[in-house]
Amino acid sequence: MPYKTLKDLPLEEYFGPGHRLCQGCGAGIIARLVTKVAGANTIIVNATGCVEVSTTFYPDTAWGVPYIHVAFENSAAAASGIRAAYNAMVRKGIVDKNPNVIVLAGDGGTADIGMQALSGALERGDHILYICYDNEAYMNTGIQRSGATPYGAWTTTSPPGKLSPGQKTTKKDLIGIAVSHGIKYAATATVAYLLDAANKIEKALNTPGATFMHFLSPCTPGWRIDTANSIKVSRLAVQTALWPLYEVVDGEYITTVKVPKRLPVIEYLKAQGRFRHLVNKPEEVAKIQAYADKLAEKFGYGPISP
Amino acid sequence: MKTILLSGNTALSYAVKQLDVDVISAYPITPQTTMVEKLSEYVANGELNAEFIPVESEHSALSSVLAASAAGARVFTSTSSQGLLLMHEIMFITAGLRLPVVMGIADRAVSAPINIWNDHSDIMAQRDTGWISFFAESAQESYDRTIQAYRIAEDENVHLPVNLNFDGFILTHTYEPVTPIEDELVLKYAPKKRRKLVLDPNNPMTFGGLGSPEYYFEAKYQAIKALENSLKTIIGADKEYAKISGRGYGLYNAYMTEDSDTILVSLGSIGGSIREIVRRMRRNGSKVGSLSLKLFRPFPAKELAEVLSKTKSIVVLDKASSPGAIGGPLFLEIQATLKSFDLNVPVIDIIAGLGGREIGPDDIRLMFNRGLKVASEKKVDRLLDYVGVYL
Ligand SMILES: Cc1ncc(C[n+]2csc(CCOP(=O)(O)OP(=O)(O)O)c2C)c(N)n1
Repeated sequence: MPYKTLKDLPLEEYFGPGHRLCQGCGAGIIARLVTKVAGANTIIVNATGCVEVSTTFYPDTAWGVPYIHVAFENSAAAASGIRAAYNAMVRKGIVDKNPNVIVLAGDGGTADIGMQALSGALERGDHILYICYDNEAYMNTGIQRSGATPYGAWTTTSPPGKLSPGQKTTKKDLIGIAVSHGIKYAATATVAYLLDAANKIEKALNTPGATFMHFLSPCTPGWRIDTANSIKVSRLAVQTALWPLYEVVDGEYITTVKVPKRLPVIEYLKAQGRFRHLVNKPEEVAKIQAYADKLAEKFGYGPISP
Repeated sequence: MKTILLSGNTALSYAVKQLDVDVISAYPITPQTTMVEKLSEYVANGELNAEFIPVESEHSALSSVLAASAAGARVFTSTSSQGLLLMHEIMFITAGLRLPVVMGIADRAVSAPINIWNDHSDIMAQRDTGWISFFAESAQESYDRTIQAYRIAEDENVHLPVNLNFDGFILTHTYEPVTPIEDELVLKYAPKKRRKLVLDPNNPMTFGGLGSPEYYFEAKYQAIKALENSLKTIIGADKEYAKISGRGYGLYNAYMTEDSDTILVSLGSIGGSIREIVRRMRRNGSKVGSLSLKLFRPFPAKELAEVLSKTKSIVVLDKASSPGAIGGPLFLEIQATLKSFDLNVPVIDIIAGLGGREIGPDDIRLMFNRGLKVASEKKVDRLLDYVGVYL
């Protein structure tokens, strides 16, 4: 049953309150939504990063479902182990139910150091849902660039300077990488479009084999935005076509949130301190606009109408 | 049960099959490969009802069995050399999370230069990861200790990972007659029971949380104490095993140590060769003895001190080095043991066999002669020496 309004979402809560994430943190919203949709019969595997340090500060825990954190780069492997354990234990009658096994990992834990373990799990097709909450940098260690940091963004290790625009590379196409493993379901999502996200989580959980979701997750200190604006900024990401919302079912790309009238990327860039150094550099803005135009074409987003 | 021909690798696999392990995850590396092959075969033909995860690395092998163990499954992994080094980070976490993971280690030299032959450099680099660490001398012993390992690791008073070291090629690939115990006896001795603290949606719990300075030390202290205290369980498990199988190994094999002038201390498969040289040298009137250690962690210092107190000099044979230190890793333990128990026995270290360099009868004789010289002169000229290296 697809979720049509927010009222359709389960009332049960399995995450927080009382966690130590920042106000306006996208990852906290994702954790709450994922556990709501997945329900009690779920095991969470979390990579080292902001979510882990902010939700499991001993003796407190924000988690109402079983949770494990092992290390930074191995959450996909850990998830495969849990799935294998339950497969064997159900078969042998040791336990009766096979739970959802869901990974929550940052972009560093996914696109960089965790890529190998992720590729292994996707290739084997282990029945797990891997969710990357992508705040576009290593936030836990103080905003260092990752392979998912967008072009031009300031981070502490991609500082703009006389010789540098900020981040020099464009984001890795994580969905493309995931899909190339032949998985049956992959999707993008973001916190400004909760129903779209909720329906995708449910679909992913009900798809056999490995599934992958890539969530754009605003980070207020890292993106240098006001704590009240994280939803607004993540909506701008979609409306500028920098973060198109789509799913890939059996290799077929399907746009899930249509944007008939696009906004120019400058609206998104202006809203964040991490792009402050380039909003007055038309040639840099043009590069980012060209990147968005390509995505808009691919996902059928409409023309720019300011 | 009937005696069958097994190598070290297939002996371990055979035990793992009898132990009804639920999840196996491993990555191939010489000389462990034939063990992984055998296990995947058992799973493929239904002889072992388990999940085999063909992971993309050793890091993922240990990570996945760690998490499977946290979910309550009985697990096994194995590796060697570079693979073990790749697991290093996760070894600490396995012990820190107090998970009864069991791992076979086909001990092998580490790069560079790359080398696939036996020494103990791989396991010695894992010394402080908090695992129980056994060394075997034969395929039979490898088999028997594997069964003991599960009983020990899963004991409520222990809850720690165990590694079983058996020398690459020398044990992994040599076929020997091995007498297994009956399947039912294995599971009676090491019964499977679901632990209370597991990842279970009926009883949600958080594993691997952040331990701030207010709590980290206590968690670490408990794991340290558990390792120290596991000695009692280890001794008990071996005694119980001896009752059902007729075979027990103890913490060490002491041969002709009682009236000796010198004792050669060693780890692993070389013990058998050393005992043979002891027999030969004794025939010529040399009062030499052998002490082959079976357990490296927890280090049974008190028990060893008792044996070592009865001799006049000690030679330690290290098949690993600790570059820049005053001796190899085993030597440092033995020297600390002597000092801690107020034993004034002179001790020297010999590093030999690195990268599979043969340790022959003459090398062992040379080691004993060094010890005898120290015993008669009552002084140590050279604390550390290398035998078998061309200079
Ligand atoms: C092997 C290893 N290398 C480095 C670190 C340090 N470290 C911890 S969290 C982190 C960054 C995490 O970034 P990301 O995955 O994007 O998650 P976020 O912090 O943004 O939530 C780093 C580099 C570590 N814990 N382990």
